[in-house]
Amino acid sequence: MRSGRGRSYMSDIAIELKGIDKSFGLVQANRDINLVVRKGTIHGIIGENGAGKSTLMSILYGFYQADNGAIFVDNNEVEISGPSVAIAKGIGMVHQHFMLVENFSVLENIMLGAEEGQILNAGIAKVRAELLRLEAEYGLEVDADAIIEDLPVGIQQRVEILKALYRGAEILILDEPTGVLTPAEADHLFRILDQLKSQGKTIILITHKLREIMAITDEVSVMRRGEMVATRKTAETSVEELAELMVGRRVLLQVDKGVANPGKVRLEVENLTVRDSRGVAMVKNVSLKVREGEILGIAGVAGNGQSELLQAIAGIRKAEKGRVLLNGEPIGVAGEADPAALRRRGLAHVPEDRHHMGLVLKFEENENAILGYHDDPKYLKGMFLDIDAIRADAAEKCRQYDIRPPDVRLKTANFSGGNQQKIVLAREMERDPDVILVGQPTRGVDVGAIEFIHKRIIEMRDAGKAVLLVSVELDEIRALSDRVLVMFDGRIVGERSPETDEGALGLLMAGVSETEEAVQ
Amino acid sequence: MQYFDTLIVLLQSTVRVSVPLILAALAGLYSERSGIFDIGLEGKMLGAAFGGGAIAALTGSAWLGMGAAVLVAVALALVHAFASITQRGNQIVSGVAINFIAAGATVILGQAWFRQGGRTPPLGGEARFRTIELPFADALRDIPILGPIYANLLSGHYVLTYFAFALVPFTWWVLFRTRFGLRLRAVGENPGAVDTAGISVAWLRYRAVICCGILTGVAGAYLSLAMTAGFVKGMTAGKGFIALAALIFAKWKPVNVMFACLLFGFLDAAAIRMQGNPLPIIGQVPSQFMQALPYVLTVVLLAGFIGKAIPPKAGGVPYTKER
Repeated sequence: MRSGRGRSYMSDIAIELKGIDKSFGLVQANRDINLVVRKGTIHGIIGENGAGKSTLMSILYGFYQADNGAIFVDNNEVEISGPSVAIAKGIGMVHQHFMLVENFSVLENIMLGAEEGQILNAGIAKVRAELLRLEAEYGLEVDADAIIEDLPVGIQQRVEILKALYRGAEILILDEPTGVLTPAEADHLFRILDQLKSQGKTIILITHKLREIMAITDEVSVMRRGEMVATRKTAETSVEELAELMVGRRVLLQVDKGVANPGKVRLEVENLTVRDSRGVAMVKNVSLKVREGEILGIAGVAGNGQSELLQAIAGIRKAEKGRVLLNGEPIGVAGEADPAALRRRGLAHVPEDRHHMGLVLKFEENENAILGYHDDPKYLKGMFLDIDAIRADAAEKCRQYDIRPPDVRLKTANFSGGNQQKIVLAREMERDPDVILVGQPTRGVDVGAIEFIHKRIIEMRDAGKAVLLVSVELDEIRALSDRVLVMFDGRIVGERSPETDEGALGLLMAGVSETEEAVQ
Repeated sequence: MQYFDTLIVLLQSTVRVSVPLILAALAGLYSERSGIFDIGLEGKMLGAAFGGGAIAALTGSAWLGMGAAVLVAVALALVHAFASITQRGNQIVSGVAINFIAAGATVILGQAWFRQGGRTPPLGGEARFRTIELPFADALRDIPILGPIYANLLSGHYVLTYFAFALVPFTWWVLFRTRFGLRLRAVGENPGAVDTAGISVAWLRYRAVICCGILTGVAGAYLSLAMTAGFVKGMTAGKGFIALAALIFAKWKPVNVMFACLLFGFLDAAAIRMQGNPLPIIGQVPSQFMQALPYVLTVVLLAGFIGKAIPPKAGGVPYTKER
């Protein structure tokens, strides 16, 4: 037995979750989750954005409370009613969006909530000494008196880790820690995590990047759509298997589609680079062309720059450099683009997030049906809106797009997801645009509506429109597209035909290039 | 020498009119540093002035009056806290509502209880705070320069005046040297950081708003029990808003708050002094112009001279966990 000491140490359980359920309103974020995390290991939790990883870890950290289920820490059942309980149980968490006070010093941030007494000065020396000890022990050098907002994100993350260690964390949860890091910073982080592991800490790493999982974890659990679908030893699994588990084999949707008949180029993107609000480059030097009469699909795991690409083309996000040509004429992607003017030039946009960008949920259906086109003379009577014309027009669209219930006075929030999406589609498609940008057309849409929406998109293609489709649903991309571009980490990593095997596309989406694949 | 005496008198009245500003601005500082904007300082002060005046008139005790003033202001502060922390309502709307409630309720209740057109009965004796003469003030009065400064400027104020000025370093100390202050500043900048550190955001903000209530209560008591003898309808006359301007002007820093309030107080004192007295060279200046100066100054200085006043980052935003 002694000979197996290392192994028995490895098999001690640090965290066990049993039957965790959590829903937010109608959205079930976690469904009957079971998870075992062994002591002294790095345990990866992988899944697409929105698979419920962060929610699950927030439950473990006490930030949310589970609707059902039990949490065991060191084999004892605990009720984690808040972060203070989690901290007391030795659980620390580094959130995706850092929980730091930006105009505080490093020391103040580390002290916050763990001050030594009512008067700061009394404990400050102690905190500083302990901080120095931790920095030395784990190789996490930080200037204790630096102000957070002056530090690069990699160092800010280090402060978050120190914060958790200072509170005595034995189990450290990191939520998408590399999302904001450069590759060099990410490598450094992995060295730190290895170091922590060698000192006996347990680490839970949440990510949607397969490369990270393979590089650093001992075990990996895969989540999909709120459920835990598998747990594997990293050494005994492969990127292929994980990619498949992550994306899942979905019911193939049947779409009748004739042969594409591409004509001249309608939309051209040249060397486009876009940064997000944090200054991280999300789209890196992307070029593509969309011809009339074709559907160009962009596949990719959510969060790899597709959203930013779409927004930049639609004129709602500033691009850092590059050009976008609509019908051969440049649109001002550096910030001077006016979405309304683009619309008049024949660009329609079905945004990814219809609740925030596509619709005003508190408006009546007919008001949303003209949103953005309200200055069209056919809706106007002098300087006033022609309410009768608007409602008649909306009723006609309800009929054409089978929007149910066909009540144009109903508040938009009261329509189902599929019908809301149809309202957006009807509005954008009925303007007879040349180019249509379509983002996640069937996210949160019921099966019946999916078929209808797919048909409409293909009809638009057959009518000679240029369609740029962004979706994280690989099936949808394969069913609709005439050409498929795969986006990973802000770059187009390959063009494939839609008939390409799902596994091969999944690998590309996970950032495994052909050469790496060959090596493996 | 005549100019010197004039200056001393002017400065003394500057101190007198600055006290409610300092108290109210520091009150706002506690609340706003925690992320709860408060434009209801005016209303809380007014309510407190009335409560103080009424109870002092009924009991004959200035201290009981002040206790009542603080209770009224804390009650109004709790309404604001409930609306903006628990119910996650709009902080500006809630603050405006408190201003209107105070403006209306004080007059209605005053008329119902005392039948003197909305004022409370004039206070005298123990019902009003009296000024404190510092030791040897009389003896030292005749020493040139320093004598008048000691006897007329430093001595002869109400206990609340000394309290207000002592509160400035105390607030600085609380904010930057205590655990409560650290957490208070943190919750106004990033409540998520406080929440994930295992501290209740709501309770922390409630405490900050209660501090604000207590101090506006003292400010109101100063108005009706010290500066004047009794409550008069609308007696705050915009002081809550000037205090708010001072707070922004001072970039939410305690010592700056004091200087900003003294500056605005000085303008006010000068306006009173100049009524009917034409300035040399310039001639007659309308007193309305002087009364408007604090606001004009705030706008002008904020626009160009002191740089951007950056409010606490989470200010005005109700805290909800992400999702």
